[in-house]
Amino acid sequence: METTASLSLPEPAHAHAHTSSGIENKKLIMWLFLASDCMFFGTLITTHLIYRKLYPSGATEEGILNITQTFNIELTSFSTFILLMSSFLMAIAVSAMHKGELKSFRRNVLGVIFFGFIFLGCQVFEFTEFVHGNPELGVPPMTLSNSVFGSTFFVLTGTHGTHVAIGVLWLIGLFFYSFSGRMTRDSALDVEICGLYWHFVDIVWIIIFTVVYLVEYL
Amino acid sequence: MATDYHEAVACKSQLPHIKSALGLTRPDYTTGIADWLTTVDHKKIGMLYAACALFFFLVGGIEALVIRLQLIIPNNHLISAQLYNQLFTMHGTTMIFLGVMPLSAAFFNYIMPLQIGARDVAFPRLNAFSFWVFLAGALVLNLSWFFQLAETFGWFIPVDGKTDIVPAVGWFAYSPLTSVQFSGVGTDFWLLGIQILGVASLAASFNFIVTIINMRAPGLTMMRLPLFTWMTLVTGVLIIFAFPAITIALLELMFDRFFETNFFHVEKGGQPILWQHLFWIFGHPEVYILILPGMGIISEIIPTASRKPLYGYPLIVFSGAVIGFMGFTVWSHHMFTTGLGKVATAAFSLLTMGIAVPTGVKILNWIGTLWGGRIRFSVPMVFSLGFIWMFMLGGMSGIMHSAAPADAQQQDSYFVVAHFHYVLVGGLLLSLLAGIYYWVPKVFGRMMNQKLGYWVAGMVIVGFNVTFFPMHYLGLAGMPRRTHTYWSGFGWELWNPVATVGAFVLGIGILLCFIDVVRTVIKGKPCGSDPWDARTLEWSLPSPVPAYNFAAMPVVQGRDAWWLHKHEAGEEARLTYEPIDPHGIHMPSQSWWPPFGGLGFLVFGISMCMHGAGVVFAGYGVIVGLSIVVFTILCWALEGPGGYYIKPAALHAEAGAMGETQSSSEFKG
Repeated sequence: METTASLSLPEPAHAHAHTSSGIENKKLIMWLFLASDCMFFGTLITTHLIYRKLYPSGATEEGILNITQTFNIELTSFSTFILLMSSFLMAIAVSAMHKGELKSFRRNVLGVIFFGFIFLGCQVFEFTEFVHGNPELGVPPMTLSNSVFGSTFFVLTGTHGTHVAIGVLWLIGLFFYSFSGRMTRDSALDVEICGLYWHFVDIVWIIIFTVVYLVEYL
Repeated sequence: MATDYHEAVACKSQLPHIKSALGLTRPDYTTGIADWLTTVDHKKIGMLYAACALFFFLVGGIEALVIRLQLIIPNNHLISAQLYNQLFTMHGTTMIFLGVMPLSAAFFNYIMPLQIGARDVAFPRLNAFSFWVFLAGALVLNLSWFFQLAETFGWFIPVDGKTDIVPAVGWFAYSPLTSVQFSGVGTDFWLLGIQILGVASLAASFNFIVTIINMRAPGLTMMRLPLFTWMTLVTGVLIIFAFPAITIALLELMFDRFFETNFFHVEKGGQPILWQHLFWIFGHPEVYILILPGMGIISEIIPTASRKPLYGYPLIVFSGAVIGFMGFTVWSHHMFTTGLGKVATAAFSLLTMGIAVPTGVKILNWIGTLWGGRIRFSVPMVFSLGFIWMFMLGGMSGIMHSAAPADAQQQDSYFVVAHFHYVLVGGLLLSLLAGIYYWVPKVFGRMMNQKLGYWVAGMVIVGFNVTFFPMHYLGLAGMPRRTHTYWSGFGWELWNPVATVGAFVLGIGILLCFIDVVRTVIKGKPCGSDPWDARTLEWSLPSPVPAYNFAAMPVVQGRDAWWLHKHEAGEEARLTYEPIDPHGIHMPSQSWWPPFGGLGFLVFGISMCMHGAGVVFAGYGVIVGLSIVVFTILCWALEGPGGYYIKPAALHAEAGAMGETQSSSEFKG
C-alpha cells in the first residue's frame, strides 16, 4: 500500500459540509426546535389565558387569591431587565467567537451565566414568596394546588425557568470547554446555536412578562 | 472536531481502535449485538424500527382479536369489563404509537436518504437516540401488563388500591377519567409512555426535515423529490407542530396527578374540555401524520407499476402540504357534541368538508396515473389499488361525520369505529403492507413469496371488509363503542359474530405476511437490484444496500431520475456521478450514548409510575433516570461526531482511481 500511503490526506469532509439550502445542519435543526418550542409555550400561555378569562379572581371563589398584591412587579421588572441584558452579552460573546477572540468570549459568557443565575435566583425568591404569602399584610398564599391561577402560573413560569436553567448549564459547559484547547473559530457555530436558544428563551419571557404579569395591572 | 486520520479500510472490522475526545474508544469496529446497539446507520435503525413495529402490530392484533371474541355473542363474560377497557385502550395506543408510527419511521429511515442520494441522515447519533427512546416509551407502556400480572398474583399492590395497572382510559384518555380519583397507575403508565414516545418522534422529525432540506444530491430540487420523500417532509413538519400540544397536555395531566394542580380538577375550577381541545389539536394532525406516509408509499408504487410518471406531480405535492396545513384547522369535529356553539360548529363542519378536497385531488391523480398505463398487477400494486378503494370508503363516511347533526347521531357508536378503521386499516395498513412487499427486496436483496402475497392481499382485503363493513350497520343501529358486552334483542346478534370471523381472517392474513417477511430474510429467493423496474434513486443501488449507500454521489438530471436513466433516449437523460474522494468515504462513528440515553428514559418512566403506585424509594429512580439522560447528553457532546473512512468495494479493487464512467456502469444493475 505504498502508493496510497504517499497520498496526502485531505481535510475531513464534514467540517464544512456543503448543504443544499446553504444553512448549516446544526443551525437548521435549532431553528426547527425553536419553532416547535413556540408551540410548547403557545399551549401553556393559552391554557393560562383561558383560565384567566374564565375566573376573574384567579380561583373558583373570591378571596382565595389577590394577584396584584401577591406579585412583586418591581422585582420581576428587574429580573426581566437582567435577562434582556444577558441577551446583549450573549450577542457580544457570539461575535467574539466569530472573530476567534477566546478571552472576550469567556468574559461575556461568564456575564451571561451570572445574569442567568440572577434571573433564576429572582424566580426562586419570587416563587417562595408567593407560596408563603404575607399574613401580616393580608396577602394570601398562592400555591400549585390552591387555585387554577396558581397551577397555570407556576407550570408556565416554571417551564420557562427550566429552559433558562438548561441554557445556563449549556453556557457553563461551553465556558469550561473553551479551556480544552479544542475551541477554535470553527466552534463559533456551536456558540451561535446556543445564542439562538438563549435569545429565544429571552423573547418568550418578554411575552410571559406581558401577558402574565403586566396585564394584571391594567 | 476533526476526524482522526487513518487509511480507509474495506471493512470496518479492520478499523484501528481510535479514542474519542472523551478518551474512550468508539465502537466502530464492533460486530453482532454490540454493533446493533451502537449503530448509527440509518438502514440498520430502519430495520430496528421495523422489527419493533411488526412485533407490536402482533401485540395490538392479539388485543383486537380478544376484543372481537368478547363481542361475538351477547352477554359474553369471556373477559371482565376492566380488562376489556384495558384491551381497547392498549389496542388503540399500541397500533398508533407502536405499530404504525414506527413502521412509517422505518420507511423514512431506510428509504428517504436513499431517495435523496444521501449517505446518511443529518444527525446519525440523534437518529439512533430517537429509536432507543421510542423503544423505552414502548416498554414503559407495555411493561404495565407485567405489573398487572404481578397484581393478580398479589405481588404488587398500588397504594391507592386501584387495580387498573394497564391503562384503561381509552387512547384519548378524556379528563376527568384520568384524575387520581377515578383511575389508577395505568394512567401514569399511559401518560409517561406517550410522553417518552413524543420525545422520540420529535427528535426523529427534526432530523428528517434537516436531512431532506439540506442533504439532497446535486440537481435534486424540491420539485424533483420523490413523493415519498415529500410526504416524509410534510409528516415531519406536522409532528413538530402537533406534538407540543399533547406534550403540554400530558405535562398538565402529570402535574394534576403527581403534584395536585388543578388543570382538569373540576371542583377547583379545572375544565375537562381543555383536555379535549389540547388532545385533538394534537390528535387530528396525528391522523394525517399516520396517513401521509402511506399516501407517499402509494405514490411511489402506482407510477412504478403503471410504468408512467405520476399524474399531476405538483398537484399531489401541494395537496399533501394543504392536507398537512388544514389538518390543524379541523380538530373540533371530534367534539361536535360538546356544545361548542353554532358558529364554531359550522366553521369546523365546513373546514372538515374542505379538507376532503385535497384528499380527493390525490385520489383523482392516482387514478389518472393508472389511466393509459401498462399496468402490472404486482403484489404491491394490488395492495395499492386496495388502498385507493378502501381509503375512499373511509373518506366517504368521514364526510358524513363532517355534518354536525349527523355526527351527533353517530358519535360514540360503531359507525365511528367503522369509519376510522376504514381509513387506518383499509387505507393505512394496506399501504404499509404494499410498502413492505415493495421495499423488502431492496432491503434484503430477496424477493418475498409473490403467490402468497396475492393470498395475503385477498385475505386482508376480504377479512377487513367482513369485519368493519357490518360495523356501519351496527353503529347506525345504535351499538355504542367501548362497552364490554351487549344484550340480545337490539338487532346486533347477526353482525357481531360476522365481524369476529372477519377479524380472524384479517389477522391470519397479516400474520402470514409477517411470517413471510421473516422467511424472506432467512432464505428468500435472491432478486436483482431493481426487480420492479422502478423510478427512484434507491433502485440504482445494489441490494442489499452497502453501508455507505452511494460509492459515488449521483447528479440528478430530472424527476424519476433512475427511470430516465434506464428508459429515456439522449445523453442528458443519463445519471452522472461526481468523482470519488480518493481517500475513501467518510462514515459517522458509532456510539454507546444513544442506547444509554434510551435506558435513562426507561428508568425515568418506570420509576415515575412506581412513584405513583407508592413504591418506596421510587422517587430516587426518577432522579437516577433523569441524571442518566443529562450525563448522556454531556458525554454525547464531548465525544463529538468522530468518523472513519471506508473504501467502497469497487473502489478498493481499483486502488482509488475510478472515474465517473466506470462508477456509473457499476450501478446499472
